[in-house]
Amino acid sequence: MLPLNATILQITEESPFVRTFFFDLNFETMEPGQFVMVWVRGVDEVPMGLSRINSITVLKVGETTSKLFELKEGDSFGLRGPLGRGFSLPSKNEKILIIAGGVGAAPLSPYAEAAYAAGSEVHTILGARSADELIFEKRFLNVGKVYISTDDGSKGTKGFVTDVLKELDFLVYDKILICGKELMMVSVFRLIKDRKVLKKTEFSLQRYFKCGIGICGSCCIDRSGFRVCKEGPVFSGAQLLDSEFGSYDRDASGRRVKI
Amino acid sequence: MYTLTGLKMKNSTILAAGILGTTGASLCRVALEGGADAVVTKSIGSIPKKGHSNPTIVQLEGGFLNAMGLPNPSYPGFLQELKIAKKYSGVPVIASIFGGTVVEFIEVAEGLLPGKPDAFELNVSCPHSERYGAAVGSNPCLVEAITAAVKDIVNVPVWVKLTPNVSDITCIGTAAESGGADAVVAINTLKGMAIDIESGYPILGNRSGGLSGKAVKPIAVKCIYDLYTTLKIPVIGVGGVSCWQDAVEMMMAGAAAVQVGSAVYERIDIFYEINKGIKAFLQRKSYSDIKELIGLSHEMV
Ligand SMILES: Cc1cc2nc3c(=O)[nH]c(=O)nc-3n(C[C@H](O)[C@H](O)[C@H](O)COP(=O)(O)OP(=O)(O)OC[C@H]3O[C@@H](n4cnc5c(N)ncnc54)[C@H](O)[C@@H]3O)c2cc1C
Ligand SMILES: Cc1cc2nc3c(=O)[nH]c(=O)nc-3n(C[C@H](O)[C@H](O)[C@H](O)COP(=O)(O)O)c2cc1C
Ligand code: FES
Repeated sequence: MLPLNATILQITEESPFVRTFFFDLNFETMEPGQFVMVWVRGVDEVPMGLSRINSITVLKVGETTSKLFELKEGDSFGLRGPLGRGFSLPSKNEKILIIAGGVGAAPLSPYAEAAYAAGSEVHTILGARSADELIFEKRFLNVGKVYISTDDGSKGTKGFVTDVLKELDFLVYDKILICGKELMMVSVFRLIKDRKVLKKTEFSLQRYFKCGIGICGSCCIDRSGFRVCKEGPVFSGAQLLDSEFGSYDRDASGRRVKI
Repeated sequence: MYTLTGLKMKNSTILAAGILGTTGASLCRVALEGGADAVVTKSIGSIPKKGHSNPTIVQLEGGFLNAMGLPNPSYPGFLQELKIAKKYSGVPVIASIFGGTVVEFIEVAEGLLPGKPDAFELNVSCPHSERYGAAVGSNPCLVEAITAAVKDIVNVPVWVKLTPNVSDITCIGTAAESGGADAVVAINTLKGMAIDIESGYPILGNRSGGLSGKAVKPIAVKCIYDLYTTLKIPVIGVGGVSCWQDAVEMMMAGAAAVQVGSAVYERIDIFYEINKGIKAFLQRKSYSDIKELIGLSHEMV
């Protein structure tokens, strides 16, 4: 598939460094957790989770995302996708716990809405550095209970999402879905620990993507050799046992880098 | 058992260089889950390279255009991956290497020797990496010198991978043979380009790249046919193989073994499927040995 042309219809400010870009394409078949390759022409092409069937939600971190932030409504970028495997779909009467840190809320917010629509009960732990960096609090509140943690204590529990998780009986949930920085995710992974419970968890991983479609091998993880862009980006916790998750990833050249 | 330049393999279907070849674990996966009879690593150089910026791949109807730009962790970074592939894959592991000069090729080959690769494949044929690859591979004198120099310092087979982006591929094949190559591998990707008409931008970060996949198969078949006529050493066929029929066709053109790259995208276990198909074909046609297929079309006059 050649990159599709996506014209920006609207840009909304979610926090000081996070913006949502609505575009004129609707990925009706998108599964929450799937991603698109966003081509900022003349700069680079980077992976972004879909935060709706017609939006991406972006944290400004480096060159490409900064260039994206310079774009205005009416400007356009290239899109390939939706790609990869998303979170496993919700079913009726399930109890679902969502754990989202920072911009990790992007791919999980459409999941929360889909789960609510399917008739499952959704609880969310939403974490950020401070109150003004919480993403999509309203969207999660609309579909269920929300626990909040902030590093500086400006809202909710002072500390990390794991400080909230510790106080919950997470055994009651049928699914636990996690997206955020790898250090956050691995601390959730270690807290849950038990293999039986890990089977119910799903983590959305980030690795360096080049092709995004499973051919180049730049995103493969040890020791399974799974391609994060194709078999992932969402993996069950059980699949991540005995893996590189939480200890290292690889840079664009393929060199291992400690996390 | 099948023997290719001294390497023992179950069958003769091999993973091509640069496809899922960056880590030891993924090479093992292609061998164990995919059924590849041998695996070739990503091309490795002397210093870490990030490669070209994205987009690095364009998916077309008949294949892919890529301009990865030889990203690799360099031989010191890759050694641990090579060791993993050797230890757990259960199949021969061929180290693909590249360089801009004779000295650079020697440095990389020597650097990877502690990983005990079963063979080396010299990439003198990447079409979209300045100074490396095809820039080297279209110069017969340099190809011969590089091949001879690497042969001199290693005691495993050396394969030389050829570019089709030359006016006469047999001239480069002959140079590799004169340099002492144990086999040639043909073909690497063909120069190509794709433009985004909405914006006018070339899609690839490097602007242009190399074409692979179904579209290049007839070109590969012709290159293999010509090389088989000219050379004494085995020709390993690669380019656009996506089913057993393609593999048989390449063997009839003269390929002693077949590598598969782009088609792995659709299914990792394509190697099993190809071998199964070839086996059934041999039975149906009452051939006693796969070797009877190699170069068969040359006899049909
Ligand atoms: C499956 C997946 C989904 C993602 N979803 C989102 C999302 O919804 N919202 C969001 O803000 N971010 C998301 N990211 C992260 C996003 O891709 C990076 O923040 C972005 O690539 C940074 O580019 P940059 O040029 O601005 O930064 P740089 O300065 O180039 O790099 C900053 C960081 O981004 C990483 N990065 C750069 N290029 C790539 C690449 N091609 N592939 C992977 N990582 C890269 C680098 O490793 C580095 O750690 C996702 C990543 C993946 C793998
Ligand atoms: C994404 C990609 C990366 C590649 N990287 C390399 C490489 O590092 N070294 C090399 O010799 N060939 C490389 N190739 C070329 C392949 O090994 C092969 O020669 C070519 O793709 C034709 O075979 P195919 O049609 O089966 O893919 C690459 C091809 C692709 C598609
Ligand atoms: S990014 Fe190329 S295989 Fe995943």
